Amino acid sequence: MKLPRFVSSLFASALVSPAIFAADFSPAIIYDMGGKFDKSFNQSASDGTARFKKETGIEVREFEVTNAAQREQAMTRFAQRGAQIIVAIGFSQASAVEAVAKKFPNVKFAIIDGTVNLPNVQSINFREEQSSFLCGMAAALASKTGKVGFVGGMDIPLIRKFAQGYADGAKFVNPQAEVFQNMTGTTAAAWNDPTKGGELAKSQIGRGADVIFHASGNTGSGVMQAAKDAGKLSIGCDANQNYIHPGSVLTSAVKRVDVAVYKTIMDTKNGTWKGGSIVLGLAEDGIGYSLDEFNRKLITPAMEAKLNQAKADIISGKLKVAEYKVQ
Amino acid sequence: MSAPQKLPRWAELGLLPLINLAAALLLSGLVVKILGESPWAAFKLLASGAFGTQEGIGYTLYYATNFIFTGLGVAVAYHAGLFNIGCEGQAYIGGLGSGLIALWLGDRAPFFVVLPIAIVAGAAFGAAWALIPAWLQARRGSHIVITTIMFNFIAASLMTYLLVNVLIKPGQQSPESREFGPQAMLPAAHELFAKIGITFSPSPLNLAFAIALLASALVWVLVWRTRWGYALRVVGQNPSAAVYAGISPSRIIIQAMLLSGALAGGLGLNELLGSQHRILIDFPGGAGFVGIAVALMGRNHPIGILVSAVLFGALAQGGAQLAFDMPKINRDMVVVIQGLVILFCGALENVFRAPLALLFRAKGEK
Amino acid sequence: MDKHLSTPTPSSASPSVPALELRAIDKRFGSVHANRTVSFAVAPGSIHGLIGENGAGKSTLMNIVYGFHRADSGEIRVNGRSVEITSPQEAIAAGIGMVHQHFMLVENFTVLENVVLGVEGGALLAGGLARARTELERLARDYALDVPLDAVVSELPVGLQQRVEILKALYRGAQILILDEPTAVLTPQEADALFRMLRRLRDEGKSVVLVTHKLREIMAITDRVTVMRQGAIVAEVATATTSPRELAEKMVGRAVLLRVDKSLAQPGATLLAVRDLDVRDRLGVARVKGVSFDLRAGEIVGLAGVSGNGQSELLEALAGIRFPTRGSITLQNHDLIRERLDPRQRRALGLAHVPEDRLRMGVVANFSAEDNAILGYHDRATYNPGALLDRAAIRAACEGKMAAHDVRPPMPSLRISAFSGGNQQKLVLAREIDVDPRVLLIGQPTRGVDIGAIEFIHKKLVALRDAGKALLIVSVELDEILGLADRILVMNAGEIVGELLRADATEEKIGLMMAGIDSRAGFSPPTESGLKSALPQT
Repeated sequence: MKLPRFVSSLFASALVSPAIFAADFSPAIIYDMGGKFDKSFNQSASDGTARFKKETGIEVREFEVTNAAQREQAMTRFAQRGAQIIVAIGFSQASAVEAVAKKFPNVKFAIIDGTVNLPNVQSINFREEQSSFLCGMAAALASKTGKVGFVGGMDIPLIRKFAQGYADGAKFVNPQAEVFQNMTGTTAAAWNDPTKGGELAKSQIGRGADVIFHASGNTGSGVMQAAKDAGKLSIGCDANQNYIHPGSVLTSAVKRVDVAVYKTIMDTKNGTWKGGSIVLGLAEDGIGYSLDEFNRKLITPAMEAKLNQAKADIISGKLKVAEYKVQ
Repeated sequence: MSAPQKLPRWAELGLLPLINLAAALLLSGLVVKILGESPWAAFKLLASGAFGTQEGIGYTLYYATNFIFTGLGVAVAYHAGLFNIGCEGQAYIGGLGSGLIALWLGDRAPFFVVLPIAIVAGAAFGAAWALIPAWLQARRGSHIVITTIMFNFIAASLMTYLLVNVLIKPGQQSPESREFGPQAMLPAAHELFAKIGITFSPSPLNLAFAIALLASALVWVLVWRTRWGYALRVVGQNPSAAVYAGISPSRIIIQAMLLSGALAGGLGLNELLGSQHRILIDFPGGAGFVGIAVALMGRNHPIGILVSAVLFGALAQGGAQLAFDMPKINRDMVVVIQGLVILFCGALENVFRAPLALLFRAKGEK
Repeated sequence: MDKHLSTPTPSSASPSVPALELRAIDKRFGSVHANRTVSFAVAPGSIHGLIGENGAGKSTLMNIVYGFHRADSGEIRVNGRSVEITSPQEAIAAGIGMVHQHFMLVENFTVLENVVLGVEGGALLAGGLARARTELERLARDYALDVPLDAVVSELPVGLQQRVEILKALYRGAQILILDEPTAVLTPQEADALFRMLRRLRDEGKSVVLVTHKLREIMAITDRVTVMRQGAIVAEVATATTSPRELAEKMVGRAVLLRVDKSLAQPGATLLAVRDLDVRDRLGVARVKGVSFDLRAGEIVGLAGVSGNGQSELLEALAGIRFPTRGSITLQNHDLIRERLDPRQRRALGLAHVPEDRLRMGVVANFSAEDNAILGYHDRATYNPGALLDRAAIRAACEGKMAAHDVRPPMPSLRISAFSGGNQQKLVLAREIDVDPRVLLIGQPTRGVDIGAIEFIHKKLVALRDAGKALLIVSVELDEILGLADRILVMNAGEIVGELLRADATEEKIGLMMAGIDSRAGFSPPTESGLKSALPQT
């Protein structure tokens, strides 16, 4: 399998993206402020790197930033130390990626949830509105009261994107459906406040909601607990969270950050990496709703049929899900 | 007796903090050891990361700049007997002031026009954010600690609203404004050095550091060399004596808080105009709270604040280096070290005072 | 007031073994030799006075006995047995109790809770409290120490708070009671009550050590007296065989003038006119009611009264610290009330003020002497030639004041709290006199000030009068009022109830007025209940 090094250096001059060998390959990943154990977005990325390590035995260098200035610093450091691919997790890193990628045109960069228009940057975005749409449909189908809830983390465009897709999905099934929306907070603490998440869920339940979707990182554990305690349903987010409360979590809006991270690193190693924008939706299996043994009983065959029909229609373009527009 | 023991001035200001710092590092070393890394190697990495390279020094001083501004803010309020927990929010709103000027004038006015206006706007916005808690304390007796904490939250909510709905650069996810025009960017240290022919590694260190030094000097003059500073200290030390002397404590409280907020507002110069070149969410990043520790350790004196700000800057930069090169030591470890430094220099300040005083007494009697 | 105090009689208890004996106690603080081989003994069932100027080493000695400090060498014996005392707990165990000048009580606890604090006896408070209540009721009966056990301490007058401290010591089984300057915070009436209590304790066989610098207290109540100067004992005598003059000379080390020497006043024009002044406190309670008087050039007016009858509030209203609800204060054709002038503006009109409570108001304890010497005058042009303070001018001015008023040590950069009370007061006085005011308001001119300094301050005040100033002196020491004032106003319950020229004033007449009994209505002597009702009902 291995080629002598001189062969590879021969190829290097000829090919745009030559394959890289294990001994030389040094990928790097930079998590954002949430930290890689946030049980959500960053952790999903961490799972992707773990899978890569496990399969190839190659170390992935990691760094968790604690302030804005460290993003550029860490990226520069990794680039200087010979990383071939640097994966930046989270939209906050977009400006740092732009600055550093310009300085190191020979290093590859990937940004998750953000867009940087440079040839050596791969911008990976997800169609969260599509998975949210399906979850909204599932919520409306499962709801007996016609009232469903949404608990967001921090009030930012990304989370509004979730909220809008969810509401649209619920209204698609039941135009009279009422959708309650609450954001947990306005600081980064909103991603890690299960107590407040639980309170918001309880208040929505009090107003009649019987299915609640969270897009709020670790705050969601409080949301899901409150729904379970009240005998209502919840919907998980990012990772497949069905297992957390079997029989109470209706489904999860899955976002395969792990797959995206794994793929961009693996592609680099294999020499198949390309810059540019990648949008992962239902069609690409980058997002979806989860169905497993933990929620099998909650999703009736009739519901599943409707959800699958909608999924097929969205993929085919027959059903258009509105994108959240940032002003 | 119960009164704190007296130490020679040099020991009080130099030796005692050093001993406290050493104790904190020693304990941190123990934690590093438990994690299975060599404490000595970790310490060397920390030190060389902070001071070993030009880039490291640049980052250290860049962080220190934030801490100087907030540390001075906390100290000025402290001299009036006030515990201003709200520097975080004041820095946040102050940065908004500077940032708005930068967005507005950054590409239509020359630098030497933009800078002073941005400084004034940052100070004014920061001061304005301190005004309401100050007024509530001075006139209504509402406790400043409570009100300033609440104003931190209000600042965060306001800034999120503005960044998500108003200031956001169209068509992007991240709640941050567009980039400032070139005339609103403070020159970086390596650019300034390059102009006089010195090569310095690139880092975010910028002109704001010099402004922070200037602010320190001004605070010193104001607090210790003017009648206003005299009145400020009388109010802080003994409000009854202030009333007796014809100084109005409530007026001084409001003025001190305005100055405190204005100084905290300076953080925006470093963080936004100096480094990020845009307004972004949560840019103070806790520097307002670190400022409390910096002021505490620096005995609320500008020179002490400079020293402890550099120390905390070194911990931030050296800690990043540590996390970078020692994968077992993650960023939380840096927070642990910072916490230990605060614990030993603040809460446990008197632990080493008594033995030290005994030592000096024994020496004095020989 | 002397007549209220019976002549002390030596106790009949066996004098063979002293209750407390100190042998060759030696203590240094750095370069300060606080106690130089001090030895003295306290007989059981006696009141022993320990007298000396501030800084003579009295407090250090007593703190060694109570375990706050450790002696470098020497021995403490209790009832003839040598004891090792390294902490207050061990002192208490040895039967020694101490009442400090500044009380060590938890203000928002009740009396009962304060007494049992630290000796609650068991995890559950209720049982201990019930036992303590029975025991305290017994102690109160035996020693006539009546205290409302369930009252919150902060609501008690100072005299009662002190009683709580004594109860605390007795409850812990004290046989030897040390009192450090116990009368510094008391009115004369409260002091008398304290002395009655101490005699009772002595008669019950307890030993009392009274640390003070007030000669009249020593003469009135002690059986023996030990005099300290500069860390050493200079005399120990039976009180009956000595005189105040002799004791004072031994304390100071030279002849002391105990009486104020002054000529007859030559009052001139009215400098300050007060009319119909009403002052309310923060809760809206009237403290000063319809007070009117004049201060004239070249006279000292003494304001006498039991503490808490409105003198403090009146003084603060005159100085501009409180705003009256009604009335007028006229100075130099300005109505200070109508124009709402603050203390700074009043200073500019020539009104100087030495506050009653020096540490609370008159100085900033953490500031240097020179910074304290400009308090209230810090924005004057002398110290502010431009935008900045002129540190050199401030230092020079302070040096000048220190020299002129014999402030020791003459070190402007030294923290004010390192100076003795007398030297602090001299510096405060210097600060207020130095600007050449027309009117001087002086509260408690010699509170916490040692004898040598008292003499100096009294002389200064008389000199100011002779220089044509108008002085108003508020003092709880009737002797001081009688010694200094040319005219005496007596306050009771917020009103001026009497005015006497010095020549017509006697201690008895003033005492009756202070108690709120009109001297013209009849000559019934002031009763205990009459005095109590004169105390503020807080």
